[in-house]
Amino acid sequence: MSITWTKKDLLSLYDLDAAEIKLILDTAAEFKKVSERRVKKVPALRGKTVVNLFVEPSTRTRTSFELAEQRLSADIININAASSSLKKGETLLDTVKNIEALQVDIVVMRHSAAGAHNFLAPRLSCGIVNAGDGSHSHPTQALLDIFTIIEKKGGVEGLNVTILGDILHSRVARSNIWGLLKLGAKVTLGGPSTLVPKEFEKLGIRVCDNLEEAVSDADVVNLLRIQHERQKTSFFPSTSEYANIFGLNEKTIKYVKKDAMIMHPGPINRGIELASSIADGPRSVILEQVTNGLAVRMAVLYLVAGSLDKAPS
Amino acid sequence: MNEKLLFDSREVVAVIDAIAEMVAGEIKRNHIENVALIGIQLRGVPLARRIAGKLNETLKLDIQTGSLDISMYRDDIGKRKKLTDIHETDIAFDIDDKSIILVDDILHTGRTIRAALDAVTDYGRPKLIKLAVFIDRGGHEFPISADYAGKTIDLDGKDGFVSLRLAETDAEDAVYLTPENPHTKNR
Repeated sequence: MSITWTKKDLLSLYDLDAAEIKLILDTAAEFKKVSERRVKKVPALRGKTVVNLFVEPSTRTRTSFELAEQRLSADIININAASSSLKKGETLLDTVKNIEALQVDIVVMRHSAAGAHNFLAPRLSCGIVNAGDGSHSHPTQALLDIFTIIEKKGGVEGLNVTILGDILHSRVARSNIWGLLKLGAKVTLGGPSTLVPKEFEKLGIRVCDNLEEAVSDADVVNLLRIQHERQKTSFFPSTSEYANIFGLNEKTIKYVKKDAMIMHPGPINRGIELASSIADGPRSVILEQVTNGLAVRMAVLYLVAGSLDKAPS
Repeated sequence: MNEKLLFDSREVVAVIDAIAEMVAGEIKRNHIENVALIGIQLRGVPLARRIAGKLNETLKLDIQTGSLDISMYRDDIGKRKKLTDIHETDIAFDIDDKSIILVDDILHTGRTIRAALDAVTDYGRPKLIKLAVFIDRGGHEFPISADYAGKTIDLDGKDGFVSLRLAETDAEDAVYLTPENPHTKNR
């Protein structure tokens, strides 16, 4: 850890270099221990105020951020889109400027518009942490995925990581791709060609529309949820057909190496992209991902808070 | 102002032995049991190991050591020029009812020790906590003093900073007077 965090925002892993990603992950390793103690709280963000602005529904990410903030001793305000002035036609910038006028230090935001955070960040002095923007980016999810891979496999460089499913609509996939490539992993994308565009090959990634080919040399298989709500048109004939051809189940798991780890960002569509026996089986690290998400979010908030409002010294 | 050597490696070793002797004396005198040493990152950690090594040798004990990072307990996040690096906290034993000796390199303002007291008590409820430092250089801003100080020097703020270097972290044993705060520059 020889570099210094200088960014007031966490917008996307695309903006970070490998050293910055490693700094977050190393910091997260120490924050993970906090949650394993009897006193699961540290005073690092005492006196700081964090607003969780979720303009798109979320349970696990919001809960994870909220708990991370509590364990850092920050003061917290939660704003849900359904009950906010955004419903009355206020612009997003006005909403956030009003929040900032209350002397808030960090805004954690989820928004359905890709790039919403990139628009806001330079217009505000408070820190912006991206908790997901449309199909664009979800940096803390990718960070917790990579943290979990490193914890289990001892590193990520040179590993074969396969991401399966709805890549087209997935901010989790994009964020994982940026992070994994920067840390030297080999990435394969698998799924129906309507959801896994060949354009991704331009990033130096292998793209497969055959499950066996996609997973056979994988050290890590990360399954994505089939997102009904983002599919305005049908990208495959039926969910049962998807489950048969691209789902990981008792029959298709034999293509996967015995020591490969199975990941899923949740929520799982059981029986569609992933069979229950595998989701709950010994190779699954799905719940460890959730645990690690807390540590990663504590680390991100700590680093962002540390780079804010530098007093003249 | 350039760096000025205050103590060479021979003197550093002698001071560490002297601290161990002070601690050993009190352990015997007051029959202190269940002693464990916790070093404050960064240089308190090798210092604690060396003192514990000496104690184990002279008292035929098996004193455990741990490391403590106080970054998450600082009261100046956002006020410093740079965020301090988080180093490992590794306390592999239960501190409940133990006699804990906190070990740090330099006692200056006392703010690090204030944070360390908060941090260590989040791990349990020790029977007692004492403080051992290599150098107490004066300039205390909190009502905190060392129980065992290897050296005591009274320096003014404008005299500069005292920097202990240890072979484990800096490739040499020495103490320097430096113009720059060793805790805020990049390590």
